[in-house]
Amino acid sequence: MTVTLTHYLFLAMTLFTIGVIGVLTRRNILIILMSVELMLNSANLTLVAFSHYLADATGMIFVLFTMTVAAAEVGVGLAIVVTIFRNRETIDVGKMELLKH
Amino acid sequence: MQTFMFYLLAVVAVASAIMVITRRQPVYSVLYLVLTFFCVAAFYVMLGAQFLAAIQIIVYAGAIMVLFLFVVMMLNLREPEEMEGRTVWPAFGAIVGVGLGLVLLAYLFGGEGRLPMVQDYTQSYALGRPDSMGRSLFTEFVLPFEIAGVLLLAAVVGAVALAKRDRG
Repeated sequence: MTVTLTHYLFLAMTLFTIGVIGVLTRRNILIILMSVELMLNSANLTLVAFSHYLADATGMIFVLFTMTVAAAEVGVGLAIVVTIFRNRETIDVGKMELLKH
Repeated sequence: MQTFMFYLLAVVAVASAIMVITRRQPVYSVLYLVLTFFCVAAFYVMLGAQFLAAIQIIVYAGAIMVLFLFVVMMLNLREPEEMEGRTVWPAFGAIVGVGLGLVLLAYLFGGEGRLPMVQDYTQSYALGRPDSMGRSLFTEFVLPFEIAGVLLLAAVVGAVALAKRDRG
């Protein structure tokens, strides 16, 4: 029995679901950002798996661009978190209900 | 052997992913997420994407997670997050997961949708090498490559502007 595309799809689905549950259940904004990274990684895993089983390099190239976007997202996202923490002294998303402070 | 490695790595990846979203202290979440990223890098090696595996470790585990760790330690949080008052949303997450699983199962066993596969994987293992990836990145995908560079520049400018705002 060899490892097939289906194995990778189910693994990526599991990781993506864990990420979704993390985003929906946690209130710490840092852990929410980490769950988003988890979902991006599961999507990357799907792209690489399809790329391998189709013998086509497009998926692997696309993963490079996904990583670029993830790096940009984390940079800006963490800068926003630091700014909010300076103004509010909290990183609980339940306490960030006002647009102005 | 390959199947055994797959299941071993899959168990570690899923277990550490669950640990990421259940820890109360963000520092532990960061460390478990690094473990998950190492497992994903190992899957990339199994899929013949050696260059992407190296990039995964350098960029994700090396740069992004260090940035997370830096922010977690810089914020200096005293009290851990409160965990009560969140009974509805886990059910919603479970619904999303079951829905995704049903869509995938319907696709796999729905007659028409055979998953595409090639018979010979020697070409697949040549795809992930740095030379072939670089060649297609600088010929076929050169415009997206340049746009990604502009995006990173915009992210750098945005992060600096956000971080400096309250001083000026």
